[in-house]
Amino acid sequence: MSDQPAAMLDIHDLQGWYDESHVLHGISLKVARGEVITLLGRNGAGKTTSLRAIMGILGRTAGSIRFNGAELVGLSPDKIARKGIGYCPEDRGIFSGLTVDENLLLPPVVGKGGMSVAEIHTLFPNLVERRTSFGTKLSGGEQQMLAIGRILRTGASLLLLDEPTEGLAPVIVQQIGVAVRLLKQRGFTILLVEQNFHFASTVADRHYVVEEGKIVDEIANDDLPNQTERLKSYLGV
Amino acid sequence: MIPILNIPTDVLLGQLLLGLINGSFYAILSLGLSVIFGLLNIINFTHGAQYMMGAFVSWMLLTYFGIGYWPALLISPVVVGITGVILERFILRRIYDIDHIYGFLLTYGVALVIESIFRGQYGVSGQPYRAPALLSGVIDLDFMVLPIYRLWVVAASIAVCAGTWLIIEKTRLGSYLRAATERPVLVRAFGVNVPRMIMITYGFGVALAAFAGVLAAPLYQVSSIMGSNLMVVVFAVVVIGGMGSIGGSIVAGFGLGILEGLTKVFYPPGSNLVVFVAMILILTLRPAGLFGKAR
Ligand SMILES: Nc1ncnc2c1ncn2[C@@H]1O[C@H](COP(=O)(O)OP(=O)(O)OP(=O)(O)O)[C@@H](O)[C@H]1O
Ligand SMILES: [Mg+2]
Repeated sequence: MSDQPAAMLDIHDLQGWYDESHVLHGISLKVARGEVITLLGRNGAGKTTSLRAIMGILGRTAGSIRFNGAELVGLSPDKIARKGIGYCPEDRGIFSGLTVDENLLLPPVVGKGGMSVAEIHTLFPNLVERRTSFGTKLSGGEQQMLAIGRILRTGASLLLLDEPTEGLAPVIVQQIGVAVRLLKQRGFTILLVEQNFHFASTVADRHYVVEEGKIVDEIANDDLPNQTERLKSYLGV
Repeated sequence: MIPILNIPTDVLLGQLLLGLINGSFYAILSLGLSVIFGLLNIINFTHGAQYMMGAFVSWMLLTYFGIGYWPALLISPVVVGITGVILERFILRRIYDIDHIYGFLLTYGVALVIESIFRGQYGVSGQPYRAPALLSGVIDLDFMVLPIYRLWVVAASIAVCAGTWLIIEKTRLGSYLRAATERPVLVRAFGVNVPRMIMITYGFGVALAAFAGVLAAPLYQVSSIMGSNLMVVVFAVVVIGGMGSIGGSIVAGFGLGILEGLTKVFYPPGSNLVVFVAMILILTLRPAGLFGKAR
């Protein structure tokens, strides 16, 4: 396996805590450059917590998170972001006191090769008409597009997307799916948290299953048709 | 001149101008408090002492170094702002995560310390500070006489308030500030050094207080207690405008200054109370203040 490229993101035995409660019990996973990878798992499995740990916004973490070879554990969130990671939180994190344009332009540029505002508008045309509206006046789908759109401008090469389809109508979910596939074509590397594995199967290369703060399984997307029963039992659907 | 309700117009206009002057100070000071409160979630009870320091630094610049009013208008806010940055970096930063009451106790304690240092050194009697030649003198409008320095104070205050408002509401830096007021952790996760931004913002709010202090030096005497008297009213102004509201603190500052001036004309004994009566009324009707959002 010597010709396998070194992973862009290499997480080894990641532990994480909220105050005294130990939530991540040894997450290990690898994401190669250009891959789209999902974290699947039930409510409370630790998916969001894993993304927060990568961003450095979980109170206490231990273990190792290497990004392009550099250790992230122990760095402040702003330093981590500036290594080239864009974060789209589960609640979308749209700022209510900022207009759509201000939200879109907020995250600072952290690397080369980000998309232009015009390209982002082509990807999510809904954002164009709402440019001067305040963030929270948007529908859920529009907020999600804004939350994804604003991290495409920055030149981040790894995107962390936390349940971008949660609570959205099927037609919007499709639109998000189109966008994610386009972003993959453009060369973005994406770590996607999902509970909707139908959606996940339409965009991802591989899936990791998270249970009680650990990775318990890894499934290639091509193998997914044979593994549906197994996955359903993990997800309890 | 046509008297209104038997009040001569020149008396009315004179009190209006006085009200505007007071309002100028209320506006700058409550604006600084609002900027600080928005980002740090601390009510900066040191503000009055920092206003006093602004006046004192300009007095010291003149007395010890022969540096006059115009340079002091810049140097003094910068110097006092830097003391604010140091205070934030080494002391205030430690208490953000704990109960508000600690922020109150700490900033109030720091104010007492600063004021007692200046009182020990200079006593409580005022030191005179003369307005620069360019701003001395009056404009005679026949029906009333306008002191130029007072007009300048109103103009400078309006300019500083408008400039601050523009920066916060209309620039990219301002959008960082507004976003960090809502969700500092997320703004940090986008790559903004939020702790440094908080430190600079505190320094800026403090510099605003010091700027007001320099403006005040020629009008009132420079004394160690000049801040504590004024701040009681300014805190009422902030509450009326709405905690943390930038526009609200500016409007409430000028508005209440004028309201005070008018009260002096129509019902003089009420003029010291009217701000507090307004505060009670507004808090009863709109607990978040005129422009505040419930948090
Ligand atoms: N702020 C918090 N403080 C304490 N415990 C928390 C906090 N947030 C989450 N937890 C706990 O950590 C565990 C993992 O939560 P996490 O949010 O990572 O789950 P998740 O996999 O993202 O679930 P979901 O699919 O519901 O979003 C859960 O047991 C949850 O109760
Ligand atoms: Mg989650």
